[in-house]
Amino acid sequence: MLAPVTHVLPMTRIRRHRLLPVTGRVLVRKGQTLDPLDVVAETMLEPKHILLDVARGLGLRIAETDQYIERQVGESISEGDVLAGPVGWGKRIVRAPCSGKIILAGRGKILIEEEKEPYQLFAGLPGEVVSLMPGRGAVIESTGALAQGVWGNGKINSGQLRVLIKKVEGILTVDQLDIDLRETVVFAGYCGEEQILQTAAELPLRGLILSSMASSLIPFAEDLSLPVVILEGFGLLPVNSSAFNLLITSDRREITLNAEKMDRYASQRPEVFISLPVNQMVHEPRDGTLFSPGQKVRVIRAPYQSQIGTLVTLKPGLEVLPNGIKATSAEIELENRIKVKLPLANLEVLE
Amino acid sequence: MEQSNQTGNSLLAVDVGEVHTRAVLFDVVEGRYRFLAIGTAKTTAQAPYNHIGEGINRAILRLEEITGRELVGGDDRLILPSNLDGSGIDMFVGSISAGPPLRVIAVGLLDDISLASAKRLVSTTYAQVVETLGLNDRKKPEERLDTILSLRPDLIVIAGGTENGATNSVIRLVESVGLACSLMPAEQRPEVLFSGNQMLKSEVESRLGTLTKSNFAPNVRPGLEVEQIAPAQVMIAEILRSIRASRMPGVGELNEWSGMQLIPTATAFGRIIQFLSKVYDPTKGVLGIDVGASATTVAAAYDGEVSLAVFPEYGLGYGVTGLLKDSSIDDFLRWIPMEVGEDYIRDYIFNKQIYPSSLPVSKEDLAIEQALARQAIRKAISAAQAGFPKGIRRSGRGMLPWFEPIVATGSVLTQAPSPGNSLLSLLDAVQPTSITTMVLDQSNLAAPLGAAAAINPTLSVQVLESSAFLSLATVITPISNTRPGTPILRLRVTYASGDETSFDIKQGTLEALPIPMGEAARLRLQPLHKSDVGMGGPGRGGSVRVVGGVLGVVIDARGRPVLLPRDLTRRQDLYKKWLWTLGG
Repeated sequence: MLAPVTHVLPMTRIRRHRLLPVTGRVLVRKGQTLDPLDVVAETMLEPKHILLDVARGLGLRIAETDQYIERQVGESISEGDVLAGPVGWGKRIVRAPCSGKIILAGRGKILIEEEKEPYQLFAGLPGEVVSLMPGRGAVIESTGALAQGVWGNGKINSGQLRVLIKKVEGILTVDQLDIDLRETVVFAGYCGEEQILQTAAELPLRGLILSSMASSLIPFAEDLSLPVVILEGFGLLPVNSSAFNLLITSDRREITLNAEKMDRYASQRPEVFISLPVNQMVHEPRDGTLFSPGQKVRVIRAPYQSQIGTLVTLKPGLEVLPNGIKATSAEIELENRIKVKLPLANLEVLE
Repeated sequence: MEQSNQTGNSLLAVDVGEVHTRAVLFDVVEGRYRFLAIGTAKTTAQAPYNHIGEGINRAILRLEEITGRELVGGDDRLILPSNLDGSGIDMFVGSISAGPPLRVIAVGLLDDISLASAKRLVSTTYAQVVETLGLNDRKKPEERLDTILSLRPDLIVIAGGTENGATNSVIRLVESVGLACSLMPAEQRPEVLFSGNQMLKSEVESRLGTLTKSNFAPNVRPGLEVEQIAPAQVMIAEILRSIRASRMPGVGELNEWSGMQLIPTATAFGRIIQFLSKVYDPTKGVLGIDVGASATTVAAAYDGEVSLAVFPEYGLGYGVTGLLKDSSIDDFLRWIPMEVGEDYIRDYIFNKQIYPSSLPVSKEDLAIEQALARQAIRKAISAAQAGFPKGIRRSGRGMLPWFEPIVATGSVLTQAPSPGNSLLSLLDAVQPTSITTMVLDQSNLAAPLGAAAAINPTLSVQVLESSAFLSLATVITPISNTRPGTPILRLRVTYASGDETSFDIKQGTLEALPIPMGEAARLRLQPLHKSDVGMGGPGRGGSVRVVGGVLGVVIDARGRPVLLPRDLTRRQDLYKKWLWTLGG
């Protein structure tokens, strides 16, 4: 059976496609070294247009108007620029109501695309541009430690990692977020209160890595400007021991959070990355595999959610679960040496 | 496993779902088409494979293991036609529901006329209306333009203008669409489906045809009082296929394997329900419910005419959080006979969105999973009723119309621990009225059979006549306003053996008659206290021949709608009792 894979790796090589959702301008070049917040490409995702009724403004019939339009399609304009006229004894003119670009002109009308801040696509990780996708973005390669999450609020940032979690079942409280943590990335356990996120934003933190979070906080977390990456899921869940060990041993290292939203069709998932130099060849991790004995697996839902174990045997046929459902299953030896039988659908390979 | 008699009749159907890909083999056994076996694998439309081919190959490989029959040759191609040694197949059909729902902007004139029909058209496939643009939306032309540019739809459906009706206002809307398309890079322009006033076809073609792929279908609203969705429904299904083929690797190949006849799973499902409606009582419709990961689909067919409604927002996969948008947590809690907190349910739903193929292991989690399914079905049926024909028979306002039979499919139902568990979920969710048969498509064959019906209707007929679908029970629903505990129906049962028994059914109860599977019995129904059993009105009864399902005949006298006690202990007691009644 095909097995999903989540990566928690102390050293790996990764390549990430950073692409605009629509065509835009690519601002980097091949071979360029990037920081996580460098802009790879930009575009106008939500353009705003203004349609000027020039004929009305000049008091003319449509057929008479176009000869008085003074600016060309494609021209950039500033607010207040004269676009058409003057006409008649009153020297009527039509001025640009905003800065922008003329998209269309004719039949007595001018369509302006208002100048706005473009959407900027950040690199999301430190690394080197290994190839360009014209008009869309670039492929960035990097080496270092990687831990993948399951939910992100769509933001990106980097900073020094500070570990607030002492054991895998940690719960984050407001009083843990003191001023010393300002401008750092915090790794903590479960977050169940809006006030915690509020405080994180006010300090401000540069990012938050949580084992889990109450799902009721999703709207609030999405509005934060700092990235929030959740490693396990929603509700009170411990962090898996691999991610826990990786991150607590990286305390005070520079870390990048790309809290992009999970989109499996677009091969996107939130992740935290610690850039590390390498002196030897490191390969990219594989993303898909088949379940087989000896694999390190993570349990992705109750019971034993977030626990790590070793796949001992794949059970032939279907096994009956405690609730009566029949499913393809495996015997797993958890880290505490207890052996349990779980459906393969509730496991993923961790490597 | 029985093998083909090699008369060249075998058919392989592949259905690519959001979570699972199924390969289903049908062949002739002893002169009739039969369902032979099914191979299932994970769908690989998403990362890391991003190509549905891997999942299809594995599903077929699994099928080969089960049947011992070679289906794919050494060149990795299907062996087609079959060989004398029994390898290969003779026909192939495909259906697909995997993929994010199409993002659609519906454009029309009036909200409750052409826009309503356009939205109904969109709801016949895996698509979601992300915005509507109409005459009364108070948007300036440039705002319409920005709406289209910002939302980046996959498809724009334009309706409006009855036949020989409005033209200028429709053209103004078409101009907005054209302008937006002209400002987009060619490869990112949405396809357009024009299904409005047919007089405008050539003008729309001249304005949009050079800008983007423009599709045309007959008017969905030819008259103010006339809605005509079916012809455009065929076109929107084709558009879905073409968009999937262009964006989802592997779909193009599957379409080629299918002789360019790959269809949306929902369309295939609707086709089989439509077919059943020609076979069953024409005075009642046939209802089909497919509660899947990608969407919940409701198909209601009357005498060969099907009304299809697909609700990606009520799918139990990646879109499961859509259920939270118009349901309260209480809507789920009411179906759960255990102590479960509101936060736990909300967290559960969001975790399910992350891991839609994961399985509940504990009884509590199973109850939540089934509560989600109940709510998804209830919401979907409620929304789908807007598209049901007018004047159909029902027991009362707000109640489900009469159907015979009701066919249900979807893993959450077919993988339930027992038939009784499936039936109770269905009764709670569908809340049928009158007398009906609840049928479970236990091997998820409806869509493959619907796809097969296009090239081999005999196969679909003969497989449907076999025992591929499981009759759960004949369900009789007496409806009454009396207090719980009041007798509302007197029943006299005459078994095939000639034995007779009589008893009263009380309001608020769920009872089962142990009539063996496939065995007929005659029931004399005498409504009490003017209860309505769907035999001509309140208080009217009569004699009816019924056939036992796997759970016999069930009398659901719990009332409509089913109101469950808020008190957890009482709810637990009731569920325990009902499940016990239905065999556990």
